[in-house]
Amino acid sequence: MAKFPDTLLPKALRKPAKPGENGNSNGASANGEEKSVVVEKLKEAPVDLVGWVDERTGATPFLTGMLLRKVPKGTNWFYTLGSATMFAFVVQALTGVFLAMYYTPSPVEAYASITNLTNDVFMGEFVRGLHKWGASVMIILIFLHMGRVFFFGAYKYPRELNWVIGVVLIVLTLVMGLTGYLLPFDQRSYWATIVAMNINGTGPIVGPYLADFLRAGAEFESTTLSRFYALHMLLVPGAIIAMIGAHLYLVVKLGTTAPPWLRADTKPKALRTEKVKSQNGGGS
Amino acid sequence: MNSQEKEEYLREYEVLKKKGKPFFPYAVAKDSIMFLVVVLVIAAMSIILGAEQGPKADPTTTTYTPRPEWYFFFVFELLRVIKPAELTPLATIGIPTICLVLLLLLPFYDRNAERDPRKRPVATSMGIMVIIAMALLTFLGAEAGPPTEITMEAAPQYEDGKVAVAGQGCLTCHKIGENGGTLGPELTHIGAELPAAGIRRTLLNPSGIMPPYTELPPEKLDAMVEYLASLR
Repeated sequence: MAKFPDTLLPKALRKPAKPGENGNSNGASANGEEKSVVVEKLKEAPVDLVGWVDERTGATPFLTGMLLRKVPKGTNWFYTLGSATMFAFVVQALTGVFLAMYYTPSPVEAYASITNLTNDVFMGEFVRGLHKWGASVMIILIFLHMGRVFFFGAYKYPRELNWVIGVVLIVLTLVMGLTGYLLPFDQRSYWATIVAMNINGTGPIVGPYLADFLRAGAEFESTTLSRFYALHMLLVPGAIIAMIGAHLYLVVKLGTTAPPWLRADTKPKALRTEKVKSQNGGGS
Repeated sequence: MNSQEKEEYLREYEVLKKKGKPFFPYAVAKDSIMFLVVVLVIAAMSIILGAEQGPKADPTTTTYTPRPEWYFFFVFELLRVIKPAELTPLATIGIPTICLVLLLLLPFYDRNAERDPRKRPVATSMGIMVIIAMALLTFLGAEAGPPTEITMEAAPQYEDGKVAVAGQGCLTCHKIGENGGTLGPELTHIGAELPAAGIRRTLLNPSGIMPPYTELPPEKLDAMVEYLASLR
């Protein structure tokens, strides 16, 4: 059976040395020895638990493969933009859950429920602010991440499919921005949504149908708000989570790219020394 | 990229990867710091900028100017740049869709095996140009006056009338200069087409779906008529 490697665990959770291995097993009284056996057993419990789960899931190869995989030399801060985007999404998801607890998706009550949330609920305005500004931060980060991938040529073989998934994620993020804009149901959101729907309606062939679908009818109606609400908190986030899963799976499977200016000599003779040119010397 | 280049890349990547450090804890540490930065920035924005509620949505108002969220300003600006009504679908759907398809298919038409941005002059300069174009459109979209603003200069004696016309929401349906809707006839040169008396008559007793402006104070109505008659 594959064992979960000790090096991954914090010191406190590591299997303590067996009594006798350190040569201090004798000398303790009978009572004390009994006690230490219990303590030893307790100390081993977390390790045993990890082993128990591992025996039933076989997660160890996956976890070690993911955590201990090598990240190429020269990986710098630009490579954190993707995970930063994901963290912004996590902030949006968590704050969104709290907002949904107080929000009423009906045209009559939506505005009042937000007034209540903003003015009366403990930390309500702060959480709403997190969600509102988190959206902008996520948009900025996702475009910066795309810029990094573009200029580093990281969309090329064998990572073409991950680029496509990433573009889908950008579109889904923009759809989140569009559908979320209506929910506060103030003048700004109402009129911007009317305009967005009209723009949608000008599209060729599918345009009018898409606009009708989003509006839940030919005109802006009471059901429009609940439709946007359902899209904003069920359909689109679900799709985003699934796409992030696929994106990360491919990142782990294919590995993150090395900075494009780093070259490795792969000629058979040089392979033994595996000499990597210096960071700046890669060009010319 | 042919199969030899693919093999070459995979071999080189394998070497560079072996030279690297494990994801845990090195990359995890960097990502964790980034996580803290992201959360702190969002929290600071929430505290400093707040989340104020605007006035309640009112479908009966016609004077409200819709503004999109800032990251849609570039579409907004495209709409303003592309003027003719028959080209509007091109601005709203056409160009964004074409850009999106080009973006989606990037790895399939960029077959260059080179990855270094300094050795891909076409791709790098195209990328920089797209960034500049997006930034410019976003900036112009943000700077653009709200569509209820009349951008045409008016002589000082007509300034009151101009403010009144803008305030009454005429631009929702009528175009004056750069801004305005297309539901009603364009008013940019209305003074050349209708005498002042005719304009007054239309304001008080309009045809079609236009609301009558009989409730206005007389001096405001006079100012509006004078201003509109001055548009030639």
